[in-house]
Amino acid sequence: MVVELNHSLTSVIPESALLILIGWILGGIIYGADKMQTFTLTPTVFFFYLLPQVILDAGYFMPNKLFFSNMGAILVYAVIGTCWNAATVGLGLWGCWLGGAMGDIDIGLLQFLLFGSLIAAVDPVAVIAVFEEVHVNEVLFIMVFGESLLNDGVTVVLFNVFDAFVSLGGAEIDAVEIIKGIISFFVVAFGGSLVGIIFALLISLLTRCTKNIQIIEPGFIFILGYLSYLTAEMLSLSAILSIVFCGICCQKYINANMDERSVTTVRYVMKVFANGSETIIFVFLGISAIDPAVWVWNTGFILLTLLFIFVFRFIGVFLLTWILNKYRLVPLEFIDQVVMSYGGLRGAVAYGLVAMLDENKFKEKNLMVSTTLIVVYFTVMLQGITMKPLVTWLKVKRAAVTELTLAEKIQNRTFDHMLVAIEDISGQIGHNYMRDKWHNFEERWLCWFLMKPSARKSRDYIFNIFHQLNLKDAMSYVKEGERRGSLAFVRNETKADVDFNKKFRASFSEIMPDIMADNMGPDHVPLSSILQDIVPSVCLVMHEQDLTMRESEDFNAHHLLQQHLYRGRKQHRHRYSRSHLETNRDENEVQEIFQRTMRSRLESFKSAKMGVAPAKKIQTKHQKKDKPQKMPNGNSSDKSKNHPYGDKGTCSLLFTSLLHYMKWLNACFELIITLESAVDFVVRL
Amino acid sequence: MGSTNSTLSKIPNVEELMQETGFTPAHIVRLYDRFEALDKEKTGHLRPQDFGAINRLAMNPIGDRIIGAFFSPGQETVDFHSFVRILAHFRPADKKRPKDPSMPEPVNSRTSKLKYPPLVFSLISVAFQLYDQDKDGKISRAELLQVLRSMLEMQVTEEQLESIADRTIQEADLDKDDAISFEEFRKSLEKVNIDHKMSIRFLR
Repeated sequence: MVVELNHSLTSVIPESALLILIGWILGGIIYGADKMQTFTLTPTVFFFYLLPQVILDAGYFMPNKLFFSNMGAILVYAVIGTCWNAATVGLGLWGCWLGGAMGDIDIGLLQFLLFGSLIAAVDPVAVIAVFEEVHVNEVLFIMVFGESLLNDGVTVVLFNVFDAFVSLGGAEIDAVEIIKGIISFFVVAFGGSLVGIIFALLISLLTRCTKNIQIIEPGFIFILGYLSYLTAEMLSLSAILSIVFCGICCQKYINANMDERSVTTVRYVMKVFANGSETIIFVFLGISAIDPAVWVWNTGFILLTLLFIFVFRFIGVFLLTWILNKYRLVPLEFIDQVVMSYGGLRGAVAYGLVAMLDENKFKEKNLMVSTTLIVVYFTVMLQGITMKPLVTWLKVKRAAVTELTLAEKIQNRTFDHMLVAIEDISGQIGHNYMRDKWHNFEERWLCWFLMKPSARKSRDYIFNIFHQLNLKDAMSYVKEGERRGSLAFVRNETKADVDFNKKFRASFSEIMPDIMADNMGPDHVPLSSILQDIVPSVCLVMHEQDLTMRESEDFNAHHLLQQHLYRGRKQHRHRYSRSHLETNRDENEVQEIFQRTMRSRLESFKSAKMGVAPAKKIQTKHQKKDKPQKMPNGNSSDKSKNHPYGDKGTCSLLFTSLLHYMKWLNACFELIITLESAVDFVVRL
Repeated sequence: MGSTNSTLSKIPNVEELMQETGFTPAHIVRLYDRFEALDKEKTGHLRPQDFGAINRLAMNPIGDRIIGAFFSPGQETVDFHSFVRILAHFRPADKKRPKDPSMPEPVNSRTSKLKYPPLVFSLISVAFQLYDQDKDGKISRAELLQVLRSMLEMQVTEEQLESIADRTIQEADLDKDDAISFEEFRKSLEKVNIDHKMSIRFLR
């Protein structure tokens, strides 16, 4: 809120850091007033009232395709990475304690391991907060983000397991217990996800039936989302996983089922809640610090913890990436790995967990609390602030090598498109067979079950596009008729063919501002700030584009290319942002491309067809006058007789039906216009 | 791998194909399945409409051109062999294979990507073909304009398009004939890491 006003400040210091600062100030005030800390971030408040919204928001806005296609890597990082972090940190600290680096504290191996497990988890809240300012490529982002969400499964299990072990005491642990621990991991993780999926189904079903109570539809989403969290918590399963999967699985169906306004409401309210919760979390993190009662200082412990989490994170990430790159389609580069390691921020979840520790079992609870707080501050503030400069520095190092010429830029893009096209032709995208199977299953059964009939119909992508094409053409057709005078239109059959291409281009260039003009001069900035998410392909970029070149034709051309080249499918950005709701630019782009392709195909098809049988035109027009609009889903009974290709491919069917539909439209409009002119005539009498 | 063998036996000249393109049997089978899936009428040949049925291609600005690249001039259909040969250009260069001087150089090595003459089907040649629709060996301004038009959003006006095209030709055109020949095209791509970009990892 206040920080939004001062954007230049937040571009240097991430919002979360500022909030912690505010928390400190507030804490200081409260402490000064009360001589004790009346407000702290209690685990209950955190885990039950503040965290769920943030995670639900994350799940609901998760870019599913990206998430699932990188699922393997994300799981590897989340599970193995977290275990590695926990083990190494715990053992490292234990080793150092044995070595006497920490002095005399009442602690044991198990407690170290427990501490390691709770401090190892990367925190989603912190990750979002920091990565919001730093734009990284989408794969990198989804890796870190997905990892931060999924590692809760591991953290919860480890925490509970070690907690139980500590209660048992060191002597009681044997293989059985360890195996129980491992099994409990699977139970917790899969159980939590299952609960989430069940609730997602529930929500989708619910939205299917809420046609008459649309105004309270959004409420259900939140309530059921929260219920999934509570249910999982109640069953001692991973609550975060539950709510994440609930959000992930239901987004598609509720967006299709619900009324547009409800969808908008849900989106905005989610953002409000999530933003609010996050703010409160960070402020409280700050306030909780100002409480001398909890502060225990142990140089060795604290410094070693900081060192270990930092170093072991790097080692862990590099190791795992090295293994993963052998199996990945697009390997993760060195810079990506650096950012990933550096972006492993700890946050409130760790603090919440540590605050839950029982003081009687853990004599050094206060030490752990202090350490956790310091770790959180260190990662959020220091790493958060230095993340951006680091990225700039790395990127500058990379980008300094090449400044591409126009030809190269165009070629680059052409090659990208080629690559995507060849992939499509050869049908290779990762685990294709499974994906196809799942897709088919989902189309047939799930959509039928979970989506309203009306929603299902409007989902057919091609039909949608053609529908829009039809509408657009019809509109321009009518406009053209109005322009020329309706009677002239009716009379002259041959002139009825409007030059759609020209109309299309003309209307667009009228509407869009002349970008050339805007490029001149220093008020170029508004344009680039509007088109914020223009980023070149796989690399790290800055938030504000640093424009040092002055106006020159060269610059304009480069800039034009930069902004207006169609981005290939692979490069579509999925920006997850706490405070900005993205209008899906990529979908528009894809639609535009699709329409253009279909249009050009239609043109060539039409010209071929016209060449073959021009005389048939009038006949077909009258025949098709009262034929209802076709559903071009392959069950159109109209197999055109004078089809030059003569095959039954769906595409050609679509073309024919489109053609016939347009002719029918043509006839209808003529009818309307005749009627209209007749009415005019009568009125004038 | 019983099914692989049975499928392999269905394809004529499969050994030769594998040698020439460097695909493994598993790859060939995979591609054959795909070929059959596309060839809905089981004629053993693909026509442009079959490619057109791939929805995703329609979402690609140069999708139709790429379809065209599969068909040599004058040919109406693509059989499986040509299909595989063209796709072979996009395999990652296999670094591990020992250099056997007696074997003909596999289709997708770096040199073949850059070499002229066009009889050797090279990758840059494929890219060049995308631009040069009338096959006169040069990319004229009009052809460049066409490609640019399809790759840029609708917002871009004609004048802007033309200025971009002009500048591009200026940059790349060394002999000042207002068109980009294959050599100039190749030179302009020296900095682009083609290998990295063009190689698709085929499923094992």
